[in-house]
Amino acid sequence: MSSFIHEEYPVERGDYTRAGEASADIKRRLKQLGVSSNVMRKVAVASYEVELNLVIHSLGGKLMLDVGTDGVLLVSEDVGPGIPDIAMAMREGYSTASEEARSLGFGAGMGLPNMKRNADDFDIQSEVGKGTRISMRFNLA
Amino acid sequence: MEQHNRYHSVRLDKTRCKGCTNCLKHCPTEAIRVRGGRAHIIDERCIDCGECIRICEYHAKIAITDDLSAIHGFPHAVAIPAPSLYGQFKGLKSISPVLDALKAIGFEEVFEVARGADIVSRAIHEKLREPGLPKPLISSACPAVVRLIQVRFPDLIPNVVDIRQPMEVAAMIARQEFCRKHGCAPEDVGVFFITPCPAKMTAIRSPLGQEKSACDGAISMMEIYGQLLPHINRILANPTKPTATYYGVRWAVSSGEASAVCPDNSLSVDGIHNVIRVLEEIENNKLNDLVFFEGNACMGGCVGGPLNFENNYVAKNAVRKLAQECSPQHPVENVPVSMMTKYPLYFDHPIEPNPAMKLDDNLIVAMQKMERINQLVEDLPGYDCGSCGSPTCRTFAEDIVGGFCGEMDCIHKLKDQLKVMAQQMVELAQTKRE
Ligand SMILES: Nc1ncnc2c1ncn2[C@@H]1O[C@H](COP(=O)(O)OP(=O)(O)OP(=O)(O)O)[C@@H](O)[C@H]1O
Ligand SMILES: [Mg+2]
Repeated sequence: MSSFIHEEYPVERGDYTRAGEASADIKRRLKQLGVSSNVMRKVAVASYEVELNLVIHSLGGKLMLDVGTDGVLLVSEDVGPGIPDIAMAMREGYSTASEEARSLGFGAGMGLPNMKRNADDFDIQSEVGKGTRISMRFNLA
Repeated sequence: MEQHNRYHSVRLDKTRCKGCTNCLKHCPTEAIRVRGGRAHIIDERCIDCGECIRICEYHAKIAITDDLSAIHGFPHAVAIPAPSLYGQFKGLKSISPVLDALKAIGFEEVFEVARGADIVSRAIHEKLREPGLPKPLISSACPAVVRLIQVRFPDLIPNVVDIRQPMEVAAMIARQEFCRKHGCAPEDVGVFFITPCPAKMTAIRSPLGQEKSACDGAISMMEIYGQLLPHINRILANPTKPTATYYGVRWAVSSGEASAVCPDNSLSVDGIHNVIRVLEEIENNKLNDLVFFEGNACMGGCVGGPLNFENNYVAKNAVRKLAQECSPQHPVENVPVSMMTKYPLYFDHPIEPNPAMKLDDNLIVAMQKMERINQLVEDLPGYDCGSCGSPTCRTFAEDIVGGFCGEMDCIHKLKDQLKVMAQQMVELAQTKRE
């Protein structure tokens, strides 16, 4: 995919006050580019979920947005702790969210399943002690 | 259709505008720029919410509504007052004096928009029983919120409930009943909405979800307040009886609609910036266990509209008390089921997205522009001071790329540039001396 727009958003662990800002900016940009409403909505949902996972579960990381003529690529990379059992994490309802996160309304275990459902291509790789990389592609049109 | 969409009730009074930056910052769609010493409203983006009217200390932002004299353009005139009007008068025991005061200032008949709200309440209530609806369904009652969705949340258009606003339903019925009672032609009757806000005026001139509004005009509450006042305390032998229920009247305040249509699983939010925050969450699917969302652009709901006389807290309280004097029956029992088919209650026109935020129609060009905007933003100070006349550094960069201004319109950049030039002059002078 030839990418015209590339943006990076650092996301800090536990930074609930800024949580959602990256995905809000991503949405704003896609609207400015005139990306169709249904694609917009899918990216909105997936980017919010992936950003919040960085805040809630990771030790910190970044979100990367690439937009080309044929699609939108959203990549999340973090520096740990990694996911021991990906198949388990992908299950609806599975969550290891902390009490704090749960008290804020997170921890339904729906984030990863929703990302997979909304993205046209979804790839997740993780290594315990190293980090997690999630790559999602959304076709335009 | 094009020019249809461009009508705006919210306007600028050039003679009063000082060119300050207060309104810039508060516009929810970044629709205002200050250029050449005065504000300009970008028509395509303006949603007529009236935030700028509220914020402008110089009263340079105004709402265009019809004069009361407009009713003389018709052989007969009917008033359809928004229920927020009831909240403008202190110490009222009943709604009747307000209805009679409207008759006293020249309207032959009065039909309550609150009654329209009863009918719409039942219609939405029925609608919510349909399977497979998007969640949450979003109220279409506040035209500023619907326009906000068109501009900033086009992906939420499918969630907007496709039922006409109470004002429209009231206008249809008012006209028909008048014609039946007095035996005249529909075009001989002028139906005028008594409005708390400019957004409703705009909704009459460029309707949402329908080809043509059933209203002939809108008269500002503020404008006729003084004329109504002397008639409010008169005791009449045969006062006009209100017909709306407690629920219909409560539409004047935030949560009134939601509690009428879906008390168990709805959310009501007032104030346009709060509405934006919640729409963002709806967009992220964070509220998809919610059935109904009511957003009001104004604080407190319609009682907070910029054309209200009374402050919204006082008015809210007054409306609440008056509502208790009305029938306590829920619209589902109070509104006959025949009403659901007697009048066209549904939209006959789709709500279209408004691409006013789009950088370009062509995706590649839009991406090129965005890239250029990013570069420009890197070089701007990021103070978002508004001195350039754009609300933020980013919008300033967008405006440069759009060709509306130049980089040196930023006083901070200009200052830097001057410093460099001064330095060059010094250097030049020194080389000459040698
Ligand atoms: N970036 C990450 N680093 C480490 N663990 C992660 C990461 N993302 C997800 N996980 C693990 O996968 C689990 C499931 O994630 P998912 O997003 O589906 O649910 P959740 O975040 O727990 O709850 P919800 O997203 O519904 O609020 C998480 O509880 C967590 O254990
Ligand atoms: Mg999650």
